[in-house]
Amino acid sequence: MKEIMLGNHAVARGAYEAGVKVASAYPGTPSTEIMEYMATLPCPHVEWAPNEKVAAETAIGSSIAGGRAICAMKHVGLNVAADPLFTAAYTGVNAGLLICVADDPGMHSSQNEQDSRNYARAAKVIMLEPSDSNECYIYAKNAFSLSEKFDLPVILRLSTRVSHSQSLVETGEREEFSKPYEKNPGKYVMMPAMAKRRHPELENILTEVKNYAQDCEFNKIEYHDKKIGIITSGITYQYAKEALGDKASYLKLGMVYPLPEKLISEFSKNVDTLYVAEELDDFFEEYIKSLGIKVIGKEAFTKIGEYSADLIRKVILKEEQKGTAPDEALPARPPVMCAGCPHRGTFYALKSLGLTVCGDIGCYTLGTLEPLASVDSCVCMGASIGLAHGMDKAIENSSKKTVAVLGDSTFIHSGITGLINVVYNKGNTTVIILDNSITGMTGHQDNPLTGKTIKGEPTKQVNLVMLCKAIGVENVRIADPFNIEQFKKVVSEEIEKDEPSVIIAQRPCALLKSVKYEGKMTVTDKCIGCKMCLKIGCPAIHFKDGHALIDKTQCNGCGFCQQICKLKALGKEEA
Amino acid sequence: MNTSIMIVGVGGQGTLLASRILGNTAIRCGYDVKVSEVHGMSQRGGSVVTYVRFGDEKVASPIIGEASADIIMAFEQLEAYRSIDYLKKNGRLLVNAQQIDPMPVIIGKAKYPENILSKIEEKGINIISVDALSLARSAGSEKAVNVVLIGLLAKNTDIEKGIWEEVIKETVPPKFLDINLKAFNLGYSI
Repeated sequence: MKEIMLGNHAVARGAYEAGVKVASAYPGTPSTEIMEYMATLPCPHVEWAPNEKVAAETAIGSSIAGGRAICAMKHVGLNVAADPLFTAAYTGVNAGLLICVADDPGMHSSQNEQDSRNYARAAKVIMLEPSDSNECYIYAKNAFSLSEKFDLPVILRLSTRVSHSQSLVETGEREEFSKPYEKNPGKYVMMPAMAKRRHPELENILTEVKNYAQDCEFNKIEYHDKKIGIITSGITYQYAKEALGDKASYLKLGMVYPLPEKLISEFSKNVDTLYVAEELDDFFEEYIKSLGIKVIGKEAFTKIGEYSADLIRKVILKEEQKGTAPDEALPARPPVMCAGCPHRGTFYALKSLGLTVCGDIGCYTLGTLEPLASVDSCVCMGASIGLAHGMDKAIENSSKKTVAVLGDSTFIHSGITGLINVVYNKGNTTVIILDNSITGMTGHQDNPLTGKTIKGEPTKQVNLVMLCKAIGVENVRIADPFNIEQFKKVVSEEIEKDEPSVIIAQRPCALLKSVKYEGKMTVTDKCIGCKMCLKIGCPAIHFKDGHALIDKTQCNGCGFCQQICKLKALGKEEA
Repeated sequence: MNTSIMIVGVGGQGTLLASRILGNTAIRCGYDVKVSEVHGMSQRGGSVVTYVRFGDEKVASPIIGEASADIIMAFEQLEAYRSIDYLKKNGRLLVNAQQIDPMPVIIGKAKYPENILSKIEEKGINIISVDALSLARSAGSEKAVNVVLIGLLAKNTDIEKGIWEEVIKETVPPKFLDINLKAFNLGYSI
């Protein structure tokens, strides 16, 4: 059947049809929809893992047991899963193992734009890269037999524009697959004696894969006009086709590691001018140049951001299309915390207390932007606690003016180890866990704190208070960030203590269906236009003609603004 | 020839559903289609852009380049203004007249540009503006702004009205179907 599918959905569909038994992921844009969609299919086991490392390990376990397995993550998630990845190359697989990783060139929703192709080379595994939804489906489906053929994990590298574009896919039926489990410590126990035998084995396998890459189904040459030749892959192939059509010839690499030496040199001999078009790093270029082949790459293109058909047209054809632009500079529209967002209360409090805030990854990173502007740092998932602890140890008494702030799901992902470190090493850090009852930024996924699985089934729920107490935090308090004075009091008291503290800022995400505030806010004639209410950065409060104005299409009636207005000029209409 | 339609707006306005209805309609017509969406952080009240490209020829890039959109469907005036350099010569700009202040304007660090629609018209751009929010309200829900605009878009394409309605029936939840069909027809009759 032919249907229009999101790239991520097509990946899940392909893996499902290949008979996948176990599927595990931690959500992260732009990879999230792979597992969300898998959960809608009758795949035997689908789950959200607490982090990417656990997701990868679960998939490796299934593969060793003889069940084909898939795990999925965003590019930075592969950093978390890198430890099992590198050794899974040594153990190899029993049933096929597919690791999906979605890069984010242009950083639509990420903290860096690392190029995951480097991982394939570093970990010595096969990497495939599709360029549209149909290829997502085919590559994912065929990756398992490829993985089994070479006894090696396969990484499927996606990017934002492939993951989040929809195009037509010809789907098929699921075929069940399983292999028997056989105990084999020489292959699956990677202690030095065994690993020393596996490493040369791995190098031999890679040589075999390299030979296979010369004429495999994933790499294709398309000859048209031979004056220009382009070596490319993934979404950049689509941009090149759009820009140049039949005016160029293409070597489209579907297998981006290992690279096909003979195919590249054959193609280079048949074209007059050779370009390599690849987003981010000069991964192909370095290799091609190492073969002594003359190629134009990053000196004409860029290592930064997304490519486009426009860019390729400009570089290769020296053609530019210009539209009519506005004559004035336009105000930017950065993302904001939603109307009714509970994080608004937390950051308003932290700003008014003048604290240094070690932030983390999630919707609440938006606490960095004006007007709340209270976050000082944000590095990676779970880093807030380590950063605050490090600051505490570097500057005496800094724990009295510093807090770590992270979301509930982020805390479970990798914040917990940081907190154990604080307790163990006699730190005084105060950690604020934003418990909004859901994984917010990636679009509402359940996690170990929500009491529901990916399929919405009830399960055991981690008790945050008991967890923190069990690791030795004596001071654990729950506070409502929308009760602003009380919340500030709790924070002020906890940072003063010469012990670690955890404050659980509890209030659900405003976008949850279960969250309903009665009525919408109104501005009464007591408003004198002092603009205090604008300091909370609510997108529903505007300022017109000397007074505050409520945008009723956005206001959800949370009432937080009423606590800020000293003149009590904000009322509420009858529900 | 392929058709390129760009949908611009503010995160949370329902641009994603609009692009899905448009994409599914194009498929129903037997075209090759690519739809590019935006998920994640920018959906939180930021500027959002989605692209829909379809036609008899195979669609390569899911993204629309500068001066290449046949139609831009804008959910908000400032976002319409921000996007005009993507419009082809003789392309059409369909605009919801709604204005939503971005945060720099709310906190007084920037000014919302005045008379955006007339400034765009002065540039010789073919513009159709509509108060989609009022029409959506009269259809029964403010949230139906996206389907009002789909109605207006439908009127500006060669695709049969019945096909759009069938796709809407398949795409929206049954309990909101009446409101959405009403919204579609209000947009279509502008």
